[in-house]
Order: sequence, then structure tokens, then C-alpha cells
Amino acid sequence: MAILAESAPDTLRVTDRKSARAFVDTHIVPYADAYDRQGRVPEELLERMTAAGLWAPFLPPEVGGAGMDLVTLGEVHEEVGRGCSSVRSLLTVHTMVSWAVQRWGSPAQREQWAPALSRGDVLAAFCLSEPGAGSDASGISSNVVAKNGGWVLNGVKKWITNGQRADLFLVFARTATSIGAFLVPRNSPGVDVAPIEDMLGTRASMIAEVSFRDVVLGPDALLGPSGFTAGMVLTGTLDLGRYSVATGSVGIIQAALEACAAYASRRTVGGTLLKELPLIQAKLSDMVTDARAARLLVAEAGRLKDAGEASTIMATWVAKYFASTAAARHASEAVQIHGANGCGHDYPVARLYRDAKVMEIIEGSNEIQRITIAGQAEREII
Amino acid sequence: MSGSTKDQILDFVRSRYPQAEIDESQDIFALGFVNSLFAMELVMFIEKTFAIAIPNDELKIDNFRTANTMAELVGRLSPARV
Ligand SMILES: Cc1cc2nc3c(=O)[nH]c(=O)nc-3n(C[C@H](O)[C@H](O)[C@H](O)COP(=O)(O)OP(=O)(O)OC[C@H]3O[C@@H](n4cnc5c(N)ncnc54)[C@H](O)[C@@H]3O)c2cc1C
Repeated sequence: MAILAESAPDTLRVTDRKSARAFVDTHIVPYADAYDRQGRVPEELLERMTAAGLWAPFLPPEVGGAGMDLVTLGEVHEEVGRGCSSVRSLLTVHTMVSWAVQRWGSPAQREQWAPALSRGDVLAAFCLSEPGAGSDASGISSNVVAKNGGWVLNGVKKWITNGQRADLFLVFARTATSIGAFLVPRNSPGVDVAPIEDMLGTRASMIAEVSFRDVVLGPDALLGPSGFTAGMVLTGTLDLGRYSVATGSVGIIQAALEACAAYASRRTVGGTLLKELPLIQAKLSDMVTDARAARLLVAEAGRLKDAGEASTIMATWVAKYFASTAAARHASEAVQIHGANGCGHDYPVARLYRDAKVMEIIEGSNEIQRITIAGQAEREII
Repeated sequence: MSGSTKDQILDFVRSRYPQAEIDESQDIFALGFVNSLFAMELVMFIEKTFAIAIPNDELKIDNFRTANTMAELVGRLSPARV
């Protein structure tokens, strides 16, 4: 991938929202519907993302990152999500694993993986869900057994974003005492990848079922502390994934808004532009307002992350809940504003509508978000 | 061990669980407060407030049971404070 990336010298580095917007408008927006139909993101774009330094710019310069702060990272992911939720999903899971390696990895693990993750030479996927366990992570049945100083992993992971393409899997599995996180190279004997096609949304995110049969791992496969804090590796990793999905949801609202503002300025009904109709204006005004509100909630969660504040975790739940539900609402209204055109291939809103639904399910479904937020409601008493 | 370290830790626990009556020697695990979200928040709070990085091998349950043991951990990781 690195070699091919050098053949894309015209690709600018993405360093902030502005450069991300330029990258997305040039390399993603014109092709997103085609990716959606083809059910995959082409290697050419993955290479351009490598050349642009998009994969893990928040990693520190020592491992090849740009030390990007998380507010800016959120803005970059929002822009990518505005262009294509499938591409943003690839970034999300890669971000989660890269962050986990940086935060919880031993010096040797960081040295082994962080530079390649930072460059995008190694693409990563996050493997928690199973055929029998999604929301309830404690119900997973994948397991590792200690053997010869290392581990033997067995289990099946389902709905794995970028599972078809990723080189490295971060796999959550039961140990004798708790749940641990294990770094598993795709080419390990006993790893089998079965593509899952024809999803409702994020159709190009190359989802797969990944099976692990008697996969032999070295002692260095275990990431982070074992024991009671093992759950923190999962909590922290999901927190960053949730943040990225929240930003991507803002991107969907923004994309819906831009599509509708343009369409309502051109389309007439009975001689009147759509944008002159009060009922359409109501929809547009709600999109504008929610886009701003969601963006502010996300920015606040990012600011708290950059400051190392513990309150970022709840702020991220709130941001993701607000942004994902608003995205689903507005993507639906965007189809409505476009009428039959909204149901066809000539406009992006049908894709936004399908992608937005996924945002209400992943990284903590609506129901789990409400349970979690309500569980902390007493903190809000001031 | 500085009283204020314990007090700040206790204040944090109480801010998360306002109804809790908890003192410096009570085991917060035994009281049933600790889920993985709170564990993460607690570690972030301690690292930020006392400007320390807790290495993986110090992330043991016994270090986090009470405000006293957490204050000791802080003391160990930031000798200047003791
Ligand atoms: C496009 C896509 C990409 C994904 N990518 C990944 C990935 O990369 N890695 C990965 O590990 N997983 C991935 N997932 C899986 C995702 O994390 C799960 O779908 C999600 O956690 C929900 O789990 P579930 O689908 O098993 O639903 P279930 O847990 O079976 O829940 C079914 C329904 O019950 C609700 N529910 C659950 N518990 C409660 C409760 N206590 N009270 C009320 N309602 C409840 C849920 O909200 C949901 O509506 C992906 C899923 C999708 C759709």
C-alpha cells in the first residue's frame, strides 16, 4: 500500500476540517453512490487516504502520527461522514484499534503496530459482536485458553466492519477470569473471513464474519491490563468509536441539509420553489438547528477528551445519541423533500437514509444509549 | 498521605453517586459502584487531577478499592507529593 500511495503525489495531506473537506469533495463525494452500489471502497481510495495521512493522525509523531487533537479529528471524521458513511466506518474501526494500541499497548506492542497503523500500511478492524451477543458484551462466547506461555483463540465474530479487508483484528474474548483484548493478524492460521453482502446501510464498509479456530497467539497478543480493568480497554475503545460515529452522524445531517437546500432551491411545485413552502422550510430549519446542536455536542465531547476529563465519556454518549437520532430523522425528511427523486439513484439522500439507520444501532444502540444516559441522570442535578 | 488527595477522590466518587454515603476506607467495589464506565472515569480523573500516568501493572483492583488505597497509589506515582 505504501508504494502505491507514493503514486498519488497529488493528494494533499489532511490536517484540519478545511483540507478534509477538500479531500472529501474531490475524492469521495463524486464516487460515494458507486461505492454503495458496488458494496466496497476501492483500493485506490484507501491508498489516497494513506497518502493524505487520514488513517490515524491523532497518534504521536514518534510513531508517525501528526499528534492531531481529538476536536480536529472529530471535524475530519465529520467531513468524511458527510461524503460517505462507509468510508467513515473504515476510519472509525481503524481509529479504535490504533487508539487502543497507543493507550494500552506495551512499548513492544506499540513499536510493532503503531507506525504501520499510523501510515495505514496495516488496516485494523474491531471484533466484539458475535452471532449471539451484540449489546450485551458480557455475553460473548469467544474464548482464549492460556497455552505454552501464549494463547489459543476460538470463536466467531459477526458484523465486522472492514473485516473483508483488514490486516489486523482486535478481538475481545473470554479469558479464565474476565474479558481480554487480543491483537490477531489476519494471516494467522485458523482465521477465516466470510464477507457479509447486501447490508441495509454502510454497504461499502466491507463487513464480514470472522472465525477463529484454534488460532495460536503469542503472549504479546494480549493488549492492556488483565483483571478488573480489562473492561476499561473495551470501554475506552468503544468511547472513541462512539465519538467517531457521532461525528459521522453530524456529517450525515450536514449532507442531508446541503442536498435539500440545493434541491429546494431548484425544484418547483405548482410554480412555487420548494424552499418557499412553509412545511419544507420547517424541515430545513430543523436540519440547520440540529446540525449545529449536534456539532457543538460533539465538539464538547472532543474538547473534554483533549483535556483528559473523565466527563468526556458521558458527553460522548449524549453527543452520539443526539447526533444519530437527528441524522436518522433528517435523512428521512431529506428523502421526503426529494419525493420520488429521493428514492432513486440520482440523488444521495436514499443512501444517507439507509446509512443513518445504521448509526442508531452501532456503538451502542438507541436503547442502550438511553439506558446509559438515564442511569447517570442524577449527575445532572445542579 | 495528603488529606486533600483522599478528599478530592471522595468528592469525585460522590459527584458520580450523589446518594452514596462513603468514607475513605470503604471498599467501592463491595458497595457495588464500579462498572467499567466508572472504572474508566476514575482512572481518567486520577491521572488528570494528580498529573500522573498509571501504568498497566498498577491497574489492579486492590489499588482502587478505597480512597485510601487510591491516595497511596497517587503518592507512589508522584513521589514529590508525599
Ligand atoms: C453496519 C454495521 C456495522 C457493524 N460493525 C461492527 C464492528 O465493526 N465490530 C463489531 O464488533 N460489531 C459491529 N456491528 C455490530 C453492532 O455493534 C451491534 O449490531 C450492536 O451492538 C447491537 O447488537 P445486536 O445487533 O446484536 O442487537 P441486540 O443486542 O440483539 O439488540 C436487539 C435490539 O434490542 C435492543 N436492546 C438490547 N438490550 C436492551 C435493553 N437492555 N433494553 C431495551 N432494549 C434493548 C437493542 O437496542 C436492539 O434494538 C456492526 C453492526 C452494523 C449494523
